[in-house]
Amino acid sequence: MSANKSLNSNIPEGELSDKWTQHKFNMKLVNPANKRKYKVIVVGTGLAGASASATLSELGYQVHTFCFHDTPRRAHSIAAQGGINAAKNYQNDGDSVYRLFYDTIKGGDFRAREANVHRLAEISVNIIDQCVAQGVPFAREYGGLLDNRSFGGAQVSRTFYAKGQTGQQLLLGAYSALMKQVNSGGVTMYTEHEMMDVVIVDGKARGIVTRNLKTGEITSHFADAVLLCSGGYGNVFYLSTNAMGSNVTAAWKAHKRGAYFANPCYTQIHPTCIPVHGEYQSKLTLMSESLRNDGRVWVPKKVGDDRHPNDIPEDERDYYLERKYPSFGNLVPRDLASRNAKYVCDEGRGVGPTKLAVYLDFRDSIERLGKDAIEARYGNLFDMYHSITDSNPYEEPMMIYPAVHYTMGGLWVDYNLMSNVEGLFVLGEANFSDHGANRLGASALMQGLADGYFVISYTLGNYLANVDLEPVTVEHESFLTAEKDVMERIKTLLAVRGTKTVDEFHRELGLLMWDKCGMSRNEEGLKEAIKRIPEIRKRFWKDVIVTGSNNEFNQTLEKALRVADFLEFAETMCRDALERKESCGGHFREDSQTPEGEALRDDESYTNVFAWEFKGIDNIPELHIEELEFENVQPSVRSYK
Amino acid sequence: MKTISLNLMVWRQNGPDEKGFFKTYLAENIDTDASFLEMLDVVNEDLIKKGNEPIAFAHDCREGICGTCGAVVNGEAHGPRDKVTLCQLHMRSFADGDTIILEPFRARALPIIKDLVVDRSALDRIIQAGGYISVRTGSAPDANSIPIAKKDADQAFDAAQCIGCAACVAACPNASAMLMMSAKVSHLSSLPQGKPESKKRVLSMVKQMVKEGFGGCSNEYQCEVACPKGISVKYIAQLNKDYLFSALGSE
Repeated sequence: MSANKSLNSNIPEGELSDKWTQHKFNMKLVNPANKRKYKVIVVGTGLAGASASATLSELGYQVHTFCFHDTPRRAHSIAAQGGINAAKNYQNDGDSVYRLFYDTIKGGDFRAREANVHRLAEISVNIIDQCVAQGVPFAREYGGLLDNRSFGGAQVSRTFYAKGQTGQQLLLGAYSALMKQVNSGGVTMYTEHEMMDVVIVDGKARGIVTRNLKTGEITSHFADAVLLCSGGYGNVFYLSTNAMGSNVTAAWKAHKRGAYFANPCYTQIHPTCIPVHGEYQSKLTLMSESLRNDGRVWVPKKVGDDRHPNDIPEDERDYYLERKYPSFGNLVPRDLASRNAKYVCDEGRGVGPTKLAVYLDFRDSIERLGKDAIEARYGNLFDMYHSITDSNPYEEPMMIYPAVHYTMGGLWVDYNLMSNVEGLFVLGEANFSDHGANRLGASALMQGLADGYFVISYTLGNYLANVDLEPVTVEHESFLTAEKDVMERIKTLLAVRGTKTVDEFHRELGLLMWDKCGMSRNEEGLKEAIKRIPEIRKRFWKDVIVTGSNNEFNQTLEKALRVADFLEFAETMCRDALERKESCGGHFREDSQTPEGEALRDDESYTNVFAWEFKGIDNIPELHIEELEFENVQPSVRSYK
Repeated sequence: MKTISLNLMVWRQNGPDEKGFFKTYLAENIDTDASFLEMLDVVNEDLIKKGNEPIAFAHDCREGICGTCGAVVNGEAHGPRDKVTLCQLHMRSFADGDTIILEPFRARALPIIKDLVVDRSALDRIIQAGGYISVRTGSAPDANSIPIAKKDADQAFDAAQCIGCAACVAACPNASAMLMMSAKVSHLSSLPQGKPESKKRVLSMVKQMVKEGFGGCSNEYQCEVACPKGISVKYIAQLNKDYLFSALGSE
């Protein structure tokens, strides 16, 4: 445990496999008749937020749920393609709770908490039961039982899926549960409301301030606890696979009010996305990594080889993953596949108009298995690729490039999912807790739903049963101050009337982050970014154009407010990357690699979590450290040679 | 890189109670690989730089799954291509010099918020009326305890693909939400878990749809053509049957 008192992770005593069971018994309960006296605010309606809102409302709490979308069903969980892991062992292939736990700890490069991850693996089986009961149409076998597939290089088939739309179906399940509770009166739903601040009274989270996106109205809402389920911050890179609206605002505002931000530099870069094709580009589209099962990744051996890929003979192609990693070949983990694509492009061997792409070639698989077999496996993905790029992957190789996909970092939480601010809970991608430095495929959906359906329902009750809360109203000074701060920020932004658009600043920030804090990082680059981000931020506040006014539906203002927060957050992210002088998972430091150029972890110094405390916008945040203890799994070196 | 230039006639309306009008814009040097929404981004950047109000349009995931985007392009919801949302429509579907008329999804039940953005909360209220299975968290039996024939599971999945974009409403001469609603009813009633509530579900969802001001179905099938997920009108026939049996059988 950390010596720092404020960073007590509150991991229960006992054997790893008994901790959660024992903790559930030890936690206090709120009397059923008293639950309705407590008001809980939930921010966000993705898998974590929708499942938490529905579940807490079923238990009897008064739930007030907020999302910035026009309906809760739009949250970006909806876009997850691959599937959801669960240790059901329906395939009898040797899976177990312990194996899922072990794989997740190892996949996270030994930078996640053992106790949290074990709980996640235990709960995984209940999630599938719950979703099936809600009517989630998972894929089935002819006998009527659930089908599974192996995903992301796992050695067992534990992934449940609904074609390539698993996230959509799980989110619609959680959304339907939420709608049921709205209908029963248990949940009050606020759509098109953006959270602008968290309000702290006597050191405890007691409410939020929101902006109504339709009218611009700023309103305070009080509660007995606040749950942030606001997703990840991948859009700090401007281009990512995230939705356009995904943002760091809710998490960052909480951070500015005292919540620690943990491991912000841990970013997952997905190797198989459609490359950037022009400056107007607004987002990147992910192609499922299952494509690497049959596609071969290559670039020309020669720099500047502009021939059509089909005209490049076999001996002038470099199948670099197969060459460097003969035992895993094209199936190396996401971080390795991404980094090596960058290396060959840095050498000038990238392909396509921007030279920032590599080929993913199905020629040999089509020859070996036939076009029909490939179509049966990847037909929908090939169609999607064809539709977006106007190039037919049955006839010429796909072009792919890595893109930012998921952020493992997030607000620091203890075992109970509570941040260091009492009463402020953080669920799903918004927290940092379960994936360490790298997330395994099909684990994001599992974590969002575990937190929302099965963890918070116990730990919130325990908090409320133990805490002594003074009654507050929105007339309290803390609410008035927060509202004033929000209005001041909006007024200042609208008054700038400069010459550059919000997107121009966002793009500039994104390019800098991608360059200096992306797939590969070094001390010099990070220091440069830390110097340049405040400069961009200052220019933003002097020269941005935000049209229109506050008292209307104003998408430019919405975007400006979010980008303003990214411009503050980015600096902390770079500081975190600078301070962590080892390479681990999605964080690759060029100054920490083996002679063969592979990531080199430093367990001696960095078997820990970095949690940053906000100290003012132009001040250096204070670092708090939570030591990680591995009592069950011995950290080992990942090797894919 | 191939570029084209287009004339846009865009519906501008400042708020639900304001008067709307068409305004013309020139979209110049648009890369044909850009998506329709990226084309609008380019037009908006230019408008903002000149200090003008950008065109408001709803969008989020830009990969065709969240259901946020949508507008009527030259009379067709989500534009000229089959089975794509507006964000997945690319500018190579247009020719240099084309005129594009851009309007919001129009229906009494979907009031305009601004320009091309409409309020679709009525669809949420239809789901709230019964588009779910009443199962409490924690009360579910083992997932494999009830086998479901693959064809039933596949049918449920097909119907469950609705993204709630409201293109079906915009395409229907009666502004009916029958396709969206029938897809949800069929999804849930093709599964054993959804059967116990199926009568109540269909009655209360239909009642809510009428209350919201959506029209009825008169078999125009325009909804199926407009649906970016290719949801079939057969679900409407199923819904009508379910509704009739439920109404006759109810007290």
